[in-house]
Amino acid sequence: MGFLHFLSDPITFLANWLQGLLLGVGIPAGIVQFILFVIGAGALATAAMMFVIFLIWLERKAIARLQDRLGPNRVGPWGIFQTIPDMIKIFTKEFITPTGADIIPYNLAPILAVAGVLMVWSVIPLAISVVGMNLNVGVLYIIAVGSLGELGIIMAGFGSNNKFALLGGFRAVALLVSYEVPMVISLLVPVMLAGSMGMTDIAQAQNVWYIWLTPAAALIFLITSIAENGRAPFDLTEADSEIVAGFNIEYSGLKFGMFYVADFLHSFTIAMVFSVLFLGGWRGPGAEQIPILGFIYLMIKAGLIEFLIIWIRGSLPRFRIDQMMDVNWKVLTPLSLSIVVVTAVLDKLIPVEQTVFRIFAFLVVNLAVLLITGWLIEVFKTRRPRPVVSKTQRPVARPENVAANSNSGD
Amino acid sequence: MIPLSWYLIFSAALFCIGLFGVLARKNSIAILVGVELMLNAVNINLLAFWSYLYSNSQSGLVFVAIVFASAAAEVSVGLALIISAYRRRNTVTANDLDLLKG
Amino acid sequence: MTVLQIIFLLAAAITLGSAVMVVSSRRMMHVALWLVLTLFGVAILFALLEIRFFVVVQVLIYIGAIAILIIFAVMLTRHSLEDVGPHFNRGWWIAILACFATFSGLVAVLSSWSKFQTIIRTIPAGGEDILSLGKAFIDPAGYVIPFEVASVLLLAALIGAIFVASERKEGKR
Repeated sequence: MGFLHFLSDPITFLANWLQGLLLGVGIPAGIVQFILFVIGAGALATAAMMFVIFLIWLERKAIARLQDRLGPNRVGPWGIFQTIPDMIKIFTKEFITPTGADIIPYNLAPILAVAGVLMVWSVIPLAISVVGMNLNVGVLYIIAVGSLGELGIIMAGFGSNNKFALLGGFRAVALLVSYEVPMVISLLVPVMLAGSMGMTDIAQAQNVWYIWLTPAAALIFLITSIAENGRAPFDLTEADSEIVAGFNIEYSGLKFGMFYVADFLHSFTIAMVFSVLFLGGWRGPGAEQIPILGFIYLMIKAGLIEFLIIWIRGSLPRFRIDQMMDVNWKVLTPLSLSIVVVTAVLDKLIPVEQTVFRIFAFLVVNLAVLLITGWLIEVFKTRRPRPVVSKTQRPVARPENVAANSNSGD
Repeated sequence: MIPLSWYLIFSAALFCIGLFGVLARKNSIAILVGVELMLNAVNINLLAFWSYLYSNSQSGLVFVAIVFASAAAEVSVGLALIISAYRRRNTVTANDLDLLKG
Repeated sequence: MTVLQIIFLLAAAITLGSAVMVVSSRRMMHVALWLVLTLFGVAILFALLEIRFFVVVQVLIYIGAIAILIIFAVMLTRHSLEDVGPHFNRGWWIAILACFATFSGLVAVLSSWSKFQTIIRTIPAGGEDILSLGKAFIDPAGYVIPFEVASVLLLAALIGAIFVASERKEGKR
């Protein structure tokens, strides 16, 4: 019976057992609480970082298959241990600090970049009774912590004493700050539908998954989150061929490893947040009674969205900076504002009891808004006049031309 | 338990540090940063009073939210003005931006 | 000395220390980074007051938008990074005297107030109630007018900042 309890809800079981143990030894209750919090936070952060090892392998395999090649297949069956030699390589590289680098921002930047992603894990409800901190402003907290990551990028760009890093850092942060606007507005929609900003409340309130009710808001949130992560097709800031890896040029060894880890962990964090907000989180058959099932459902949903994100990465070419800004300010922001207005009106018009009619009405209206947006984009599409190249006389390298121009100097 | 006086003394100190920044720095951006410190001190003051004495009405929280909005608006317009002035005069020292055009 | 008091003293010390560094750093980039630490310290103090909404709003707006805006402005006015000479005005000692006078005046006036030493907080146990804050914002008998005025202010600031900071050619307005 105890073993069944442990199987169905291991984390609460372990926490209660540890609490009983520490209280029995005689430590005052406040300090026991604090110790449990510290252990919980450390365990969650460690589990997340360990999970990145699997994530990196998954991404490399999936991208490889999308590009019709095999991917890592040497180290271990299907190459699943590939990341561990990579980790050893990154650990043992030398830290080369450029001269004139500002020491504190330079060293603090990778820490902030990783912290900005790990801190999101503390508000995600992993099961019905397992959550790091039941914050009643969880959704806003996720965005606020994202801005800490942006600060890390600025500090990396500035602290490297390198013009390319500075330029790359500022371009990246301009992009991230711009894409926060439609992300915040589209996050208002599940908050409105659930009536609370807390992640646990939103997961609890999804008798009908919110992706059926607001596919448009889910789409906008996914696009802006991929832009916030800085991965393809929005990876202008780390385009190797253009600005030589952007803000993390001067980082080597484990400091670069931290940026790398933050990048991959961010995509899975986006997948988990999306699953909680729009796909019902841990909800599924039997998840209320057996909490571990809720965790498994969440992981499956997050894995599907992660695969979607990797799929998008492997298929789409990179955007230009002006295209990205155009899409953000001219399409995504008005679209998200109109979705908020439409959802607010529909939410009050149709009572919650008529579930099927509600889903149908929401879906139809969302689809209508998306189609109207697409039509408006077509109507207002202005073609920039292409410069006509063939009319100008191009100098041709022939002997008679060279002889004629030889008096203009060598 | 933390007495209210600690919060008030802290916010007075932060306000005076911001005031020093406004009065004594040459760079206009640093003056704006001093104003931001003063606004933060005001926020702490308002929230401390609300939390200790008047938490049954919402006026403290509303006031703080309006101060947040005003601070954001003021910083953005102020920085836009400073950048625009920098483009013309090539300086951000407040002392040098003392003549109107012409 | 309870744990909360120690945390308060630590947070207050960090915040005031970084505020002093803000107003006395030479390089503007350092000013901006110390400002971020100060704003974060203020957010910790909000958390000690158990007002969770404004902790998050402080980090989101001040650190995520205003501090980044200040860093961008510092970068765009690049010559300020190579400042030579003193970074204080000529009359900086008057400023110090004025600040000490203001501080002593404030503390003296406050300490003669009857409720200065209040210890018990009247805030409800779970922190503030966002729902009633939201309702107060749109209640006609509440605070809808300051809310609307603040939104008009933000709109005016948005348009004004874009207009002022956009580059225009000479004579073309």
